[in-house]
Amino acid sequence: MIVRIAGEGQFRLPDEDAERLNELDNRAVAAVDSGDEAGFRELWREMLDLVKTDGQDLDGDDLAESDVILPPRDISFAEAKAEFTGEGLIPD
Amino acid sequence: MAGLAGRMSTVFKSKISRMLDKSEDPGETLDYGYQKQVELLQNVKKGIADVVTSKKRLQMQSTKLEQQVVKLDTQARQAMSQGREDLARAALERKTVAQTELQSLDTQINELESQQEQLSANEKKLRTKIETFRTKKEVIKAQYSAAEAQVKISEAANGVGEEMADLGLAIQRAEDKTENMRARAGAVEELEAAGTFDDITQLGAGQDDIDRELAQMGTGSQVDDELAKMKAELGSGGGETPQLEQGQKEGA
Repeated sequence: MIVRIAGEGQFRLPDEDAERLNELDNRAVAAVDSGDEAGFRELWREMLDLVKTDGQDLDGDDLAESDVILPPRDISFAEAKAEFTGEGLIPD
Repeated sequence: MAGLAGRMSTVFKSKISRMLDKSEDPGETLDYGYQKQVELLQNVKKGIADVVTSKKRLQMQSTKLEQQVVKLDTQARQAMSQGREDLARAALERKTVAQTELQSLDTQINELESQQEQLSANEKKLRTKIETFRTKKEVIKAQYSAAEAQVKISEAANGVGEEMADLGLAIQRAEDKTENMRARAGAVEELEAAGTFDDITQLGAGQDDIDRELAQMGTGSQVDDELAKMKAELGSGGGETPQLEQGQKEGA
């Protein structure tokens, strides 16, 4: 799976991590829903760490599209409220 | 997965779709796509240059504040040496406010600095992608039938488009950030000019009473110093001294 972190590039993530990422994402949505900013920050950091640690940085020769695009690292909680909703902004 | 895959997609997809004007002829679509990419790369470069300009402006503000801190510190020392503890205190209070402003400004400048590095690195990546696209488009033109080509074109163009949309977004965020900083700095300056923060935040350009009084004291002690020097010179000097003294007074 190819994941982009907005502003930081694309990473090829092993399939077994996709499940883990999705689980963290679901918990992040729940944290945002309940207004738990600290909880969200912690999960958000874990998500980014997972992608950066396990992911392989794609270089400029690859024109592949990302399967998942994560918001920028410095996302504000207000922005997270718009972004981290059950279905994403627009369900695919 | 639906939720995760959908995140940010509206932002990106709307930007990407604007880049590809599909024509009946794949060759045309490809050339147009490439031309559009090169065109947009110029915007990206300009965007990064704007961020750099804004950062430089903030750095100038920071330098000004640094000078203000030094000036206030000097004034405080002068006041103290004159036994004016009240003025020394006021100057030190202002210095503290200036230092706080300076710290937050420097933190933001550092943040911008690393953002700028990231933007430049991503711009380089985008340029490579556009170059890859250029090579690829010739291969697609030569090797694929029209129907197959359309699919390949979309894939390749979306890859470049995503990179470009991402960089555009990052530039936008950096610009918003500098805009906010500028707006805040401007608001503080206006309030200062209006005298709203008379006691502690007025870091203005020497127009208030304390600055005037401190300035007078400065001149006063400077005159005293010169007089003391002259007296010393007169004490040990020869017959030519009176004329020299007169010249110095006129020049001062």
